[in-house]
Order: sequence, then C-alpha cells, then structure tokens
Amino acid sequence: MTALQILIDGFAISSLYALAAVGFTLIFGVSGVLNLAHGGIMVVAALLGWWAAGQLGLGIYGGTLVGILAGVATAYLTYFVVVRPIQRSRAIPSEETAIFVLTGTLLFGIMIQEALAYLFSDNPVTMRPLIGGVMNIFGVRTPKNELMIAVICWIVIGLLWLLVNRTRAGKSMLAASMNPRGLTLLGFELSRIYLLVWTIYGTLAGIAGVLLASFLGVSSANAGQLTASAFSIVVMGGLGSVSGSLVAAYVVGYLETLTAYLIAPTLRPIPALILLVLIVYLRPQGLLGRR
Amino acid sequence: MTELKRKLKTLPRRAIMASLVPLAVVALLLPSSVQAADPIKIGVIGEASAVAGASITKAAQMAADDINAHGGVNGRQIQVVIYDDHSSAADAVRAFQRAVSEDKVVAVVGSYISEVALAIEPWAGRLKMPYITPGAASNDISKGVHDDYAHLKYTFDGWLTSAFIAQSICDFDADTLVKDLHMKSTVVMSEDAAWTTPLDARFLECLPKAGLKVLDHIRFNPDTTDFTPIFNKIEGEHPDVITTGISHVGVQPTVQWHDQHVPIPMAGQSSQATTSTFWKDTNGAALGVITATAAAPGVALTPTTIPFTLAYQKRFGASPAYCGYSTYDEIHIIADAIKRAGSTDPDKIVAEMEKANYVGTIGRIQFYGPDSQFTHAIKYGPGLVTGVDIQWQNGKQVTVWPHQYANGKLTFPATLKLPAAK
Repeated sequence: MTALQILIDGFAISSLYALAAVGFTLIFGVSGVLNLAHGGIMVVAALLGWWAAGQLGLGIYGGTLVGILAGVATAYLTYFVVVRPIQRSRAIPSEETAIFVLTGTLLFGIMIQEALAYLFSDNPVTMRPLIGGVMNIFGVRTPKNELMIAVICWIVIGLLWLLVNRTRAGKSMLAASMNPRGLTLLGFELSRIYLLVWTIYGTLAGIAGVLLASFLGVSSANAGQLTASAFSIVVMGGLGSVSGSLVAAYVVGYLETLTAYLIAPTLRPIPALILLVLIVYLRPQGLLGRR
Repeated sequence: MTELKRKLKTLPRRAIMASLVPLAVVALLLPSSVQAADPIKIGVIGEASAVAGASITKAAQMAADDINAHGGVNGRQIQVVIYDDHSSAADAVRAFQRAVSEDKVVAVVGSYISEVALAIEPWAGRLKMPYITPGAASNDISKGVHDDYAHLKYTFDGWLTSAFIAQSICDFDADTLVKDLHMKSTVVMSEDAAWTTPLDARFLECLPKAGLKVLDHIRFNPDTTDFTPIFNKIEGEHPDVITTGISHVGVQPTVQWHDQHVPIPMAGQSSQATTSTFWKDTNGAALGVITATAAAPGVALTPTTIPFTLAYQKRFGASPAYCGYSTYDEIHIIADAIKRAGSTDPDKIVAEMEKANYVGTIGRIQFYGPDSQFTHAIKYGPGLVTGVDIQWQNGKQVTVWPHQYANGKLTFPATLKLPAAK
C-alpha cells in the first residue's frame, strides 16, 4: 500500500519538478542564460493567478490564464530589462557576460520576491483544485487534482517536444543551441529566436507556478527555494539537456518522496542533495550532459 | 562701484548671521523648556509582510492613537517607531539597538517568534530597555528572566507561554472533544521550532490526563511543503483527532488535509488560522479546523474586546491576528506603567509593569513574579487570560470554548469521521 502511495505521490511531484525545470534548462541550452529569477517568475504566476481567481472573481480557469500571462510578462521583463542590456553592454567584457547575467537575474529574482512580499505578504496561498474530490486507486485515496496536474505536466512537455522537433521555429531554436553563429550566417535573426525561447520559457514557468499553487500552495518566500530546486535538477541532468532534466526531475522527486515516507519527512531534501554533490564530483557534465 | 557691490554682497550675509545667532541661542535653550511636550517613543518591531507581524505594528499604532486621543501620558503624546525585522533574529537585534541608541525609545514591543524574542532578550538586559513580546511563546523567555533576574528583568512575555497554550488546549480537549464527542486518542503534529519544544512536552503530559491517549508524536521541518506523507502516517495510526502545534506553517497543511480528504479532525494551535484572511488563503479548506487563539471577533472577553476588533477591522479591513490583540494591550500596559512611575526610567517602568493588573482585550493581564519559573510571563487561568478556541465554520471563526464565551457549537464537515460514526 505504501509502495503504491509512494509511486503515485512521487509521480505527481516529479512531473511538476520536470515541468518547472524544463524551461530553465531550455533557456540555458538555447541562449546560455542561467536565469536565477526563475523561482520569482513562478511565484508571480502563482500569486497573480490566485489573486485573479479569488479576489477578481475570474474563477479557477480565468485565474490560471492570468497566472500564465503573468509568467510570460515577467519572463519578458527579465529578458528586456536585465538579460538583454547586460548581453549588449559594451562596458562588460564578453567573457564576463555570463556571470553578470547570473548576478543580474539573481538580484532581479530577489526584487520580485520582495515586491510580492510587500503586495501579497509572505503568507502561502493556494488556488482551488482544477477538479475537486478524491479517487481510490487500489486502496490509495488520491486527490483527482494531483493526477490531473501530472497529466497536464506531461501534455505540456509533449507539446514542447512537438514544437522543438516538428516545427520550423523549434528546429531553428535547436540549431541556435548548437551553432548560433552558423544560424546567423544562414540569415536567421538570433534575437527573434531568443524572444521565442523566452516566450516558451515564460509559459512553462507560468503553468508550473499555477499548478504548484493548486497542488501544494505557494508563498513569496518560496522563490529562492524554487530556483534552487530547478537549478539542482538541471545540474544533475546536465546543463542544457532537456531529457537529462526530465530524468533528474524524477530521480529527485522519487528520492524525496521515498525519504519522506520511509525515513522521515524532515529529511526529505537531504538524499537528493547528497546525490547532487556526488554527481558534481564524479560526473560533472550531469547524467545526460554533453559538455 | 566695486565697493558698493561688495557691500551689497556682504549685507545679506550679515543680516542672515544677525538673525541666525539669536535663533541658535533660542535653539540651544529650547530643549529643556519644551521637553515636557516631547512625545514618548515606543519601538515596535514586526515583519510587515507577515500577517501576524503586520498585526503587531498596526495594533500598536491604534493603541498609541487611542492613548493620544485621551490626552496622552502625563501630558505627553505616545509615538510608535516601527521597524521591520523580516522575522530575522539578526535584523530584529539591529532594530532593537537602533531603537535604543538612535531613536531614544523608552520601551520596545516586538516579534511573535520565539527565536527572535530570545535573541533580543539579552540585549534588553545589556541596554536596560524594557522589552515585551506580544506573541512569542517559548518557556525559555520567562525562564531566562527567572534564572538571571538582575540582568534580564527588562524582558516580559506578553503572550501565554507554550506550556500554558498546551494546557489551555488540553482543558479544551477535556471539556469538549473527550466529554462531548467521546474522543479517546490523538497524534501530536508539531513544526520543529523553539516554541513547540515546551509545547509538545506539556502536550505529552496533559493530553493523557485530559483523556486522550497519545499514539504518536510527529515533529516536522517548518520548510515542509508536501504534507501527504505525514497525514498518511497519522491516518495509519487511527487517532480520533490530530493535535496541532503549527505557526510558521498553516495554509499548506490545512489545504492538503482538506484536498486529500484526511478523515481526522484537527485541533490545537494553528496560528495562521487565527487570522481572518485564513479562509480566503485556504479557499475554504479551513472548514472544521479548530485552533486556540487570544480572542475572536464578536466575543466579549472583556468590555474592550469587541470595540477594538471592530475598530481594527474598520481601519485595516481584516481582523487582527492573536498578537494584534496582545500588542494593543501591551502598549497600554507600558503607557500605564510610565504614568504611574511618573518617569521613563527603565527600572521604574519595569517595577510598575510587574504590578500591572490591566483589563485588556484578551482578559485581565498580570505578570508572574520573580519567584515563579515563568517570571514576567502573563498569568494563565480563569479570571485572567485563558485564550479561546475557535472553529472555522462557513467562512467565520466561531468561538466554541470556554463555554461562557461560546457563540456556536462544534460541527464537522462530512469528510471527517467522529468516534460515534466510526
């Protein structure tokens, strides 16, 4: 019984981790940006979604839409206000751009978090479940919402796969991650590809934020933790590798769930962090990383 | 011509100097002559972005406004100086030092978090500054005063200590859950924090006496976001009720308890559930949750409870958290102490606060003396402060205990199984 419970709970949380991490790794793969405002963007989506659903009275679906749009808007803001000016700045030597982007997005993330704490307090909020009620799976009482969230995560990840592998825009994005210079020589405009990737990223982070608010609840104080968790998953899977991130999300999700059920809920994040340290030592390129 | 220009240039300067000198002389003489009308400053430390922390600063401002509207203290106005500590002990200590050395306050009210209050306590001693926490509950705060009274007597615990919170919950359990609902067993579920160590110790002692066998005692990290494994474990043990000790967390366990249809009622201390926004924050998942608190909307513990609650709601749009009530009372207690002492000397204020016998919004407030192990903590008991137990019913906090203040009866949603129905 416990085994099945672990299987179900682990699957739901891992799927959500996967969705949250996949955008983070995509943006690194395509544009080389490590966006440390990631958790902040997810929390913006979650809190604005909650606010629109409840306070504005738009209901759960209206709220979800507002949340996702807020995610995209904040992603654009991050790109246009923080990332692009740093990348284009002549005052910053090109070999230091990455570290400036890292610092810039980190600071921007903190600003987002503080602004949200000011506007919404740091009390956690939860969105109403997309579907209420529970169902019995071989004796394990599971909220329908939990299963629904896992399904939505996989549908979104599936759509992303189709977009990247089956459309012209997706293929040019893939090409940009391999050889941006070659792509420019072929007449593609890199800035348009970057804009596309930030749009996709904002949508993914927005959906993940709203689903998180509906599954476990979110507060402005979670922003740092969410960035750290996505970052660990992405490092474990191999920076820039989408499939690596998916595998790592499941490794982390199940390790955490196993620990919480079989050892103690208090120790939940510890084994995954130990594994991360081991991977950094023994296989620094990550599980499926190429570099 | 140049001579004239020079004169014209220097004239205004001379004129300015001429007018400034007497002004400066007056300014030098002024402080002693107008000091009587200077405001009395009280420092208030709370985290603005936390519901409980914001209640502290808002209630303090209301208390000061009320006192000033009634003529102030010995002819002087009360001015609150507000600091945001982000619920961090280091920030709170810096705010405390700044309040004393730069802003020249005469007393400080601050923080509902035991770890933060324990960090301020030695500084209150070193800087000889009366300090009262309106919400921190750890027994160690008053124990510190008892053990080193000469140095630490400046600290007061203006909220029930954890031991008394646990006792109050056990008294509620015995009166209602055991007597009326025939419950026999419980699992204690507490967050790992300074205030819950003594809380749990007293729970394990008083719950069996109240008639509830403790089947398990679970402590979890306050950073926990997924409570499924915890509820799963508890459910496997089949208790009649979950006894909670939660304050840093609240919304998330409540929503997950509701969404997962955990069939066991929750009662105990759930500090976030004491605020009126809790229903909205949990989308109504709070239905059926029981928590101990200071006072509740619409319940006249004393003649000032309802007027204060209404005025607070009118001004800020929500009812105060538990530490809002106590902060409001404690600003009055400090003001009274200054009035009686006729001075802002810290030792005199402390001496007068020890004699406090103030009927505030949460009851009659008196402090235990140096002989008690709870030195300077507020006294618990009938006729003093007992707290009340509320249950969330259809978006409202209904007071269910003590019986003389109850304005409703316990009811539970259909998903919860009560002993008779099992």
